[in-house]
Amino acid sequence: MPLLTPLEAEAFGLSLRVGVWSTVASLPPALGVAWLLARGRFRGRMLLSALIHLPLVLPPVVTGYVLLLLFGRHGPIGAWLEDWFGLVFAFRWTGAALAAGVMGFPLVVRALQLSIEAVEPGLEQAASTLGARPSMVFLTVTLPLMLPGLLAGALLGFAKSLGEFGATITFVSNIPGETRTLPIAIYSLLQVPGTDAAVVRLSLLSVAISVAAVLGSELAARRLRRRTAGA
Amino acid sequence: MSLSVEAVLARPGFTLDVAFESAGGVTALFGRSGAGKSTIAGLLAGLVRPDRGRIALDDEVLVDRAAGIFVPPHRRRIGCVFQDGRLFPHLSVRQNLLYGAWFQRHKAPGKPLADIVDLLGIAQLLERRPATLSGGEKQRVAIGRALLMAPRLLVLDEPLAALDQARKDEILPYLERLRDEMRLPMVYVSHSRDEVVRLADRLVVIEGGQVMASGPIGAVMSRFDLGGGPEPGAVLAATVGTIDPAHELATLDFPGGRLTVPAGRLAVGQSLRVQLRARDVAIATTRPEGVSILNVLPTTIIDMADAGPTAVGVRLDCGGTILVAQITRLSAESLKLAPGKPVHALIKSVSFDRPPAE
Repeated sequence: MPLLTPLEAEAFGLSLRVGVWSTVASLPPALGVAWLLARGRFRGRMLLSALIHLPLVLPPVVTGYVLLLLFGRHGPIGAWLEDWFGLVFAFRWTGAALAAGVMGFPLVVRALQLSIEAVEPGLEQAASTLGARPSMVFLTVTLPLMLPGLLAGALLGFAKSLGEFGATITFVSNIPGETRTLPIAIYSLLQVPGTDAAVVRLSLLSVAISVAAVLGSELAARRLRRRTAGA
Repeated sequence: MSLSVEAVLARPGFTLDVAFESAGGVTALFGRSGAGKSTIAGLLAGLVRPDRGRIALDDEVLVDRAAGIFVPPHRRRIGCVFQDGRLFPHLSVRQNLLYGAWFQRHKAPGKPLADIVDLLGIAQLLERRPATLSGGEKQRVAIGRALLMAPRLLVLDEPLAALDQARKDEILPYLERLRDEMRLPMVYVSHSRDEVVRLADRLVVIEGGQVMASGPIGAVMSRFDLGGGPEPGAVLAATVGTIDPAHELATLDFPGGRLTVPAGRLAVGQSLRVQLRARDVAIATTRPEGVSILNVLPTTIIDMADAGPTAVGVRLDCGGTILVAQITRLSAESLKLAPGKPVHALIKSVSFDRPPAE
């Protein structure tokens, strides 16, 4: 007997795809926001920080509803994206990735912000006196030195997106093969009597992915730290 | 090279208001910690913006708040060496050295890596990581990194302050070579009298965010009115005239006179900087007979100033070179010392730069 039924394998594959895409797509903006919060001195810094952290404190259902309003086919952003880029979020796996990315965003920004703040500003100053303009300072000094934190942040976002439920089901519903990720699949199975074994299997699978992600990030971060410490 | 600085900067509990100029050579900013020296280094590098003021290097205005000019650090081509080295921990020594050179490659032809590596004696460190270097090695690499960007001006902010005396002695000769061989203009921030005397041509004394004195090192060092400034003394540029091997003594010629000192490792023709601290110089109104002191120089009193409750500082003209002596007020009164009076300066000890080790 195969380890997973086709339906379960489908949910697993979809979750991985949603997790990877939400992480990859949210990293660049998260990096920008984290840099602004860590190094920027501007009016409205507090406001930006509060806005970024909203998904952390709002009920996920509300976040999902807001996404539906903004990114639905008739929402202002959703309609524009569809007209210009043919990009549709509503009731598609892309929407699940968007919801997961938005929900994980504050965590990722937080991790990146901390790791940028841990980079000695004196090193960035030294780089600038040597002739590196700000973008090059970031690429050649800040980014390499924050790599362990970047990796940890990315994996945190990935793990978080695997577990995203409330905003996803509100925004893109529960469509097998399109938006039915692991947690939604588990929820669906729970609605049907006699599926305990399948629920346990998918739950264990979720746990396994999360543990692997966390362990992997720890190992990679340790190796990177050892390299920069030069020991 | 010409550098002119005029800057006002207010911070909570601290105001910096300075103006000074430099026409090349080594200009030392001397003062206690917290006097504002490092802030001035930051102003030169472009890491600190003044509230008001103007900074110009040669023909280029780097900062002019009134005209809205501020050249960012990466366009200044001013090399910086910081107290803590600030080597990039994720790069090898070689990559650190070439970092600035790479960014400046289109703007200025730099010296080849091999020359700088040779000059600083860091060839065996090239493939190492900064974390594995000693404090002295780190600073030499930091100096090399700043040199390789072909700087117009080198700003050194307390580069030796974090090192022990042995490491300082290891690096000072390299800095002297930069001054003498590369003729690189430098601004040297320090609170160490010894470093300043060894390296500087001009001295700017900073106290509480203000310039207390500024001028050629000999002139500033001979002043007795700088409470927080360096201990008074004469700084002479001398050359080794003769060596008496029988007595292991050498004569040092300077404009206006000649000194006899232990020969040590001195070589005839070598030029070096000599300092005579005011407290090591005594005064006699007649040429003393039967004293063991070797160096007795005929001089004329220029002026006198109180140097504390019991002491008087006396500035002496020795054939055009200024010497200084610190004696008790009682002696000054009993000897009836006054400006214009010819006296003899008795020099009890002479300290001079360690000759470079061969």
